[in-house]
Amino acid sequence: MKIALKNVAKTFQTFRAVRGVSLEIESGELVALLGPSGSGKTTILRMVAGLEYADEGHIFFGEEDATDIPVARRGVGFVFQHYALFPHMTVGENIAFGMKVSKNKRSKAEIEARVGELLRLVKLDGLQGRFPNQISGGQRQRVALARALAVDPKVLLLDEPFGALDANVRRELRRWLREIHSELGITTLFVTHDQEEALDLADRVVILDEGRIVQQGTPEQVTRSPNSSFVMRFLGDTNRLGASVANGMADLGGASIAAPALADGKADAYLRPSDLAWSATGGGIPASVERVLDRPDSRRVIAVTDAGDPLEFDVAPEVVVRAGDRGFVQITRAQLFAAE
Amino acid sequence: MTRRRIIPGLPLSLGITLFYVGLIIALPLGALVFKAASLGPEAYWNIISSERAVASYRVTVLSALAATLFNLVFGLALAWVLVRYSFPGRRLVDAIVDLPFALPTAVAGIALTTLFAPNGWFGGPLLEAGIRVAYTPIGIVIAMAFTSLPFIVRTVQPVLEDLDPALEEAAQSLGGSDVSIFWRVILPILWPALLAGTSLAFARSLGEFGAIIFIAGNQPFSTEITALLAFIRLEEYDYQAAAAIASVMLITAFVMLAVTNLMQARALRYTART
Repeated sequence: MKIALKNVAKTFQTFRAVRGVSLEIESGELVALLGPSGSGKTTILRMVAGLEYADEGHIFFGEEDATDIPVARRGVGFVFQHYALFPHMTVGENIAFGMKVSKNKRSKAEIEARVGELLRLVKLDGLQGRFPNQISGGQRQRVALARALAVDPKVLLLDEPFGALDANVRRELRRWLREIHSELGITTLFVTHDQEEALDLADRVVILDEGRIVQQGTPEQVTRSPNSSFVMRFLGDTNRLGASVANGMADLGGASIAAPALADGKADAYLRPSDLAWSATGGGIPASVERVLDRPDSRRVIAVTDAGDPLEFDVAPEVVVRAGDRGFVQITRAQLFAAE
Repeated sequence: MTRRRIIPGLPLSLGITLFYVGLIIALPLGALVFKAASLGPEAYWNIISSERAVASYRVTVLSALAATLFNLVFGLALAWVLVRYSFPGRRLVDAIVDLPFALPTAVAGIALTTLFAPNGWFGGPLLEAGIRVAYTPIGIVIAMAFTSLPFIVRTVQPVLEDLDPALEEAAQSLGGSDVSIFWRVILPILWPALLAGTSLAFARSLGEFGAIIFIAGNQPFSTEITALLAFIRLEEYDYQAAAAIASVMLITAFVMLAVTNLMQARALRYTART
């Protein structure tokens, strides 16, 4: 089911959590709402679910205006960060809950069959008799997903679904959620503050800041063409160097890069650690190495330019570089934005 | 070899607490049982199964049941309102809940009698409506309900405060109506606390004395509670009979608390890890 938000706004007391957000989610799409805490992403999700009412604007499910439909009749599956499993019910009873309270009555055998089917889908067969307290966090979140899917929701909404899990489980569940999504093709919207999670999982990423959409697009679009320094900084580690632009070229104090879109004057260059290279002999920005951090797949060099700007960049594991070395930083790629 | 413990002070703290439990609780109760046992089985049975005693058990237990059921509903509602809503005067109401604990029960009994006597504020209109409260079992129920209310409110309140709102939101998103969410999600989670509060309230109602004797009228066979009967025997210097009657109350309370503890453990099965 296609979802559309039109100029949705929400204020809590004096805090303007969401300020006029318009967003369309195509049927079957997997979309991530990404932003720092306080950016309004969870509030948007909860308004789509019907757990909060919008102060302004409208929310459409397909052609239907769902703005004032209460959550119980909106037909959404909601997965909470801390699972919100019913502690006094077994895994099986948790999954069956939605079917038991539903208006269209199902027979016991029918419910049992569906529970079994969902347990297989989330790969938890044999655990239906356990209580939530007796299974791991990753298993609990899978139960929560099975429970949400049991009522055949039109839309699946996940609020920081993997936020409470450790890194390995998180990666595994991410891949697994992607599989389930392609199997069921259900329109899915999830909230995260983890850029990696959003980029790995989503068809489309919506980046939010202070209650507004800053940029939206495929992971490729937002990573390769960030439209603001905020997006650039939020999506990953960055270095910032002051630059002065003249005649379509930006001078970074030793290196210059093409800046066709910028007017003459001050600008900021944002550089990812992998956008920089190290050379002992020459060409580039003169700098000295302060520390080298060895990581499994690269070496992270922390250096200071002669002008006093700190730089962090990655070099291949076999590159020989030590603290105290002097050399030159070369720029292979950069994003330029007019100075703030 | 003695195993070393991480937390220090076990012998001392255990010694002190056991000593006090023995001195303050076990010793008087033991004396009571001893006194009752000195009667011999036949005399004991005659006292505790006398018509007047049995009538007093019936009045006490039935009134306590009625008062506890009333408090179960009203206490839960009160705890619910105090936790879930903010309204002017909420803190005041919260503080007032404890008053039955603080007030001397005799004072409560006199106040309730004044209100519910046929010429009292409530008693007059109620009498016109055909309901007599003072000097009837209804008066006993009211006195019991008054003194035992805080138990249920205070046991349920913290559990209700800790109840994750996401549980209700999850139940709502799964299509649950308010009624089905209350019965299937909230009540089962509150149940162990409700059970604990209920058993305390019931035990307190069984043993209540001061608040009741003023409002009950104390007619043997109709409004005489067991605690009063034991007291009357004491005043007659018939210590053995008093102890015998008291021992029945003691055993009843003990069995009741044991049963509710078992029920509570059963209701809390889900918190156990494998």
